[in-house]
Amino acid sequence: MEQLENFRQEVKSWLDENCPASMRNGADPTIPTDEVWGGRKAQYKNPESKIWLDRMGQKGWTMPTVAKEYGGGGLSKEEVKILNEEMWMIGAKGPLLSFGIWMLAPVLLEYGTEEQKKEHLPKIIKGEIRWCQGYSEPGSGSDLASLATKAEDIGEHFLVNGQKVWTSYADKADWIFALVRTGPKEPKHDGISFLLIDMETQGVSTKPITLISGKSPFCETFFDDVKVTKANLIGELNAGWTIAKVLLQHEREFISKFGLASAMGSSGKDIVSLAKEHLGEENGKISNGFYRSEITAHKIKEHAFGLTLKRAGDEGGKASPTASMFKLYGTEHNKKRHELMVSVAGINGVAWDGDEFDDNEKNLTKSWLRTKGNSLEGGTSEVQLNVISKRVLGLPS
Amino acid sequence: MKLILNEEQQFLKDTAKSFTTEKTPVNHFRSLRDSDDHLLWDKEIWQEMVNLGWSGILIPEEFGGSNFGVAGISTIMQECGKTLTPSPLFATAVLGAFAITHFGSQAQKEEFLPKIVSGEITTALAIDESSHHNPAKTEFSAIIKDNEYVLNGKKIFVVDGSSADILIVLARTSGNSGEETGLTLFIVESEADGIEKIKLSMADSRNYANIIFNDVRVSSERILGSPESGGETVESILDIGRIAMSAEMLGNAEAAFELTLDYLKQRKQFGVLIGTFQALQHRAAEMFCELELTKSSVLAAMHGADENSNELQRLASLAKTISGETLHLVSNEAIQMHGGIGVTDEYDVGFYLKRARVAEQIFGSSKFHSERYANLTGF
Repeated sequence: MEQLENFRQEVKSWLDENCPASMRNGADPTIPTDEVWGGRKAQYKNPESKIWLDRMGQKGWTMPTVAKEYGGGGLSKEEVKILNEEMWMIGAKGPLLSFGIWMLAPVLLEYGTEEQKKEHLPKIIKGEIRWCQGYSEPGSGSDLASLATKAEDIGEHFLVNGQKVWTSYADKADWIFALVRTGPKEPKHDGISFLLIDMETQGVSTKPITLISGKSPFCETFFDDVKVTKANLIGELNAGWTIAKVLLQHEREFISKFGLASAMGSSGKDIVSLAKEHLGEENGKISNGFYRSEITAHKIKEHAFGLTLKRAGDEGGKASPTASMFKLYGTEHNKKRHELMVSVAGINGVAWDGDEFDDNEKNLTKSWLRTKGNSLEGGTSEVQLNVISKRVLGLPS
Repeated sequence: MKLILNEEQQFLKDTAKSFTTEKTPVNHFRSLRDSDDHLLWDKEIWQEMVNLGWSGILIPEEFGGSNFGVAGISTIMQECGKTLTPSPLFATAVLGAFAITHFGSQAQKEEFLPKIVSGEITTALAIDESSHHNPAKTEFSAIIKDNEYVLNGKKIFVVDGSSADILIVLARTSGNSGEETGLTLFIVESEADGIEKIKLSMADSRNYANIIFNDVRVSSERILGSPESGGETVESILDIGRIAMSAEMLGNAEAAFELTLDYLKQRKQFGVLIGTFQALQHRAAEMFCELELTKSSVLAAMHGADENSNELQRLASLAKTISGETLHLVSNEAIQMHGGIGVTDEYDVGFYLKRARVAEQIFGSSKFHSERYANLTGF
């Protein structure tokens, strides 16, 4: 107990000295904010974003439970709780958003060799390398295991040829973790390998895809005779499908948090206040009874979903097939919430551009359109329902 | 608040599971329904539950109970729900025990609690007066006369009302119907002069009664809690009842779902197991999600009760809303997925449907509790 109390004091004074003013409560609102993803191509509107990332990365506190030898914080669960509490107390911003942390690092820890862990984990943790995910292909969406990007054995290297699609932020990423076909003659699940590829290698190119929201968070990624050292193979040759599934569980868990309004950023304006603003209020109640009951039903489900995420944590929450439930429910719920918000905002909920609408309204439209992808990426809702029925409920194939 | 069971609660759950599997499988309920027994629960089974200590779970040790809390009794209710086990557990061990433990005078506690623990008496809570739960609309009157109260009116849909020895009755001592103030709770012997019990026959074949009070005289010492504050008191009691009933309904839904999954894995049509059909798989997966949300809500509410959460009312309404909706969905889908045998009396799945619709009404439907949740949250 005393040790933990000492740790709390250490954290307190470290944060006090090292968390820049614009990264915590009471920040000057005129200072621009960054969405910090790190990496070699990162640019910062506020230099303190970078300082904060470097300091937290140096401590290993972007992945506080990972061992120090891999660049992590080496903290116990109790210490992480204290760190989170103290950061919360001063309203410290999370220093880094990272697919490396959310998806790749857990897989490296489980399947990587000692050399691979030592090579890649510290750079993920410090935010030096930004990763993207090469899973889907034009011909392999829900049927991911039919993927065709091939990696031929040419001695010391693989020669990679093919195309990936829906690669989030590929144009901004430094490295890609990709599923490639190494066993063309094997049954489709048994001929896939998990390969790490530097995006600067000769033959790798990317092209952004414009979405219905007008934004381009996704890319097409092309591999044209790309030479990749065999040292970058994770796990055994042709055993990539197992790794791919574990990684998907981590991804799905992460996406599922979108279901909670509290986890949302830009469009996270509370739907109840939005309804009162647009529909009016009588005796403190949303005055339109139809909207009020629909919003209530939605909020009740959200409360129950939040409790279910909490319960999964309390139960010791390892990634498992039930991650599919969280992914399914979280994304469907998020879609419904945005539909409700757009409806509640009326004409202002479908604004696109210009000065007649404020930024919140225009962002709402874009966010609403963005949510349509939530139930597609990381496995569609229908795929999640398949996973639940087969792997959780044991229904026959 | 951790949303898991502690060792003690897990032990109670395991005990309840083996008890209900061995002693009260669904056939136990079926045979009671088919018998002429007006109780609709089994005295020997109840005595065995009493011997396991279940009647005293909400009662402090000084009165012979174990004080294992709302989470303790709720996990037992959940297991009983799985096999549709009928017993006085809800009306006596939850409602009566909680009401008297928390709001009874010392004399009332000494008089009633040991008898509840030993199984000597059962209790019932008489609230409703119309087809929809709404305590504020109480018209049932209690008028003071020579240091006694005279009770007049009709209470309906009283759970275990036809058999309970002790009735806890909500009466209006002042004000008008619709006002939450002016209400008082009384403890009344069910055999008192002027009480007429009319046994109800409901779809779920459980013990209910309408009870008519005709100039029933009750001493002021039999007021539960303080006079005129019965509105607030009864809400606390009802919330505990709602949470325990939600746990039972969760058990109902889990069992109906389990029964349906088994059927999907056995029944063949078109030469294949019907569980291979994606149209059914996806609906089963959706039910799984709703059940998971229900489990979390019920756990949060039962722990919230034991930890005196300031969110207790919202959590109780959350649990009753979600468990009602989930049980509604699962009981309907269970019938549909069973096909023809689902609508036969011979098959058990119909029992879950009938129990579901009655339980959904007990102490407020999902609609009632959605409205309450909205009001409490400021929507």
